[in-house]
Amino acid sequence: MGRIMLENVTKRFGDVEVIPPLDLDINDGEFVVFVGPSGCGKSTLLRLIAGLEDTSGGRILIDGKDATDLAPAKRGLAMVFQSYALYPHMSVRKNIAFPMRMAGIPQDEQNRRIEAAAKALNLTAYLDRRPGQLSGGQRQRVAIGRAIVREPSAFLFDEPLSNLDAALRVGMRLEISELHNRLKTTMVYVTHDQVEAMTMADKIVVLQAGRIEQVGSPMELYKAPKNLFVAGFIGSPKMNLLTGAVAAQHGAATIGVRPEHIHVSPTGGAWKGRVGVSEHLGSDTFFYVEDTGLAETITVRAGGDLELYHGDTVWLTPDPARIHRFDDQGLRIA
Amino acid sequence: MARAASTRRKAATTLIAWTVGLLIFFPIFWTVLTSFKPEAQAIAMPPRLWNFDWTLENYTAVQERSNYFRHFWNSVIISVGSTLIGLIIAIPAAWSMAFVPGRGTRNILMWMLSTKMLPAVGVLVPIYLLARDTGLLDSRILLVGVLTMINLPIIVWMLYTYFREIPGEILEAARMDGATLRSEILYVLTPMAVPGIASTLLLNVILAWNEAFWTLNLTAARSAPLTAFIASYSSPEGLFYAKLSAASTMAIAPILILGWFSQKQLVRGLTFGAVK
Repeated sequence: MGRIMLENVTKRFGDVEVIPPLDLDINDGEFVVFVGPSGCGKSTLLRLIAGLEDTSGGRILIDGKDATDLAPAKRGLAMVFQSYALYPHMSVRKNIAFPMRMAGIPQDEQNRRIEAAAKALNLTAYLDRRPGQLSGGQRQRVAIGRAIVREPSAFLFDEPLSNLDAALRVGMRLEISELHNRLKTTMVYVTHDQVEAMTMADKIVVLQAGRIEQVGSPMELYKAPKNLFVAGFIGSPKMNLLTGAVAAQHGAATIGVRPEHIHVSPTGGAWKGRVGVSEHLGSDTFFYVEDTGLAETITVRAGGDLELYHGDTVWLTPDPARIHRFDDQGLRIA
Repeated sequence: MARAASTRRKAATTLIAWTVGLLIFFPIFWTVLTSFKPEAQAIAMPPRLWNFDWTLENYTAVQERSNYFRHFWNSVIISVGSTLIGLIIAIPAAWSMAFVPGRGTRNILMWMLSTKMLPAVGVLVPIYLLARDTGLLDSRILLVGVLTMINLPIIVWMLYTYFREIPGEILEAARMDGATLRSEILYVLTPMAVPGIASTLLLNVILAWNEAFWTLNLTAARSAPLTAFIASYSSPEGLFYAKLSAASTMAIAPILILGWFSQKQLVRGLTFGAVK
């Protein structure tokens, strides 16, 4: 079981309120991702759940029990840190064994769990090495192994992939998703990378300045962002946000059009412009179109075969069914 | 061209380094050399480098005149004792300042350091009077206490800078893994900090061993360490250079040997944080 409920949780550092009163419900077995720009309070929120920071107000319930004042170890949670936080003076085996040693689990049971975790994480060959002799990806797997053997009611991940290079990050992302499918344990995952959030989460919590902007499944957030912040944050490349006359035409203060929802034509369409930068990725092409008469440069995502280059004239037509409308408060107009 | 220039620069740097090193080492070398000269040749002008009559008579004389081992033993108790007590106080202090710093942490650290800026002689009279009135004058307990206080700021500072290099996340991981404060310090912090604690210990033993102001002023006969042993050879009746040198050599030999064998630890401790 791993149901986590936050009720009116607040956090102040001195006079600065980093988390205003906040409610959140994380269901058992859910993969929840906290996402937001740096300094939005997502790591602080995770540390409050972990017990590494004390709340300034409100309650944290884990499986229905009040855990607000419990010590980190008593909450039944395991955490994986950005820096891996392995014990450098201990072998991989001892690192993984440490939480079990602290819990006084019998030696043969410890060995059984270590072997199982090492096998699952491809670490069997490295059990007698020190963390310093491992690569970044292997270290992160040791940190995950150390978390698994505790058989926690929930896993907490604090930007676990930030220190890895791009290729390894994609691999580890898959491994963590597979781990969740296999264990079906609650996972709370913090990241500033919206791609990680979209690909891994059952439920995304978008945070800004300590406030929850929106909670929903990745597709809900993608299809119906509640406000301009979520609209701009979720999706890559970013949604085009247009104000002024073009928005007024649609009866909104701001309209948003995702780059993939704009049709490109060399012959005719709604907006005429000139290609500024074109990025050919093979599978996709990103165009940054200027001089459209709109205030902003328009980002367009088109198929990989479209051969348009700097200086070419193009016509853009947004998909009318997929235009997002926002009022002057920045809130979505249904 | 560039290679030639860099070779020349390297040669020049090496030469300067050796010159400085030899200049620093020369007094020690001369002291040891003088300790093997007869008293008359020790003050001969021009100084004699090799052409003197090698003798051990100074060492015999020193042994006969004063009890080397009693002084040696006092030095060991005072330096090791004050360092160990200092460490017991400083480890928790440095832990809290490094990992749970408060608003005043930096000020406390500066204030502690500022006590080292006060000339020792400024507090000599009050401490002397306190020691006299409590009957602790010329006792090892007094010297252990005074030297603990004198060196405590340095011990705390060294450990503090060392602990600061240990990532806090590792200690948080230990807390998440169920470690109590005791197991956190015992199984995680201390093993990681062993090199730092060891070099702090060594440096402070050396500082306390060589400390001369308090040991000379607060001791007479019973608790006098080796510094007093050396000083007793510069008497009002005149200097006996050869015997003074023999006493000095005997006093510095133990710490020199200790320093020689632990130089790797010492250098690592002193430069820690400069190069990661």
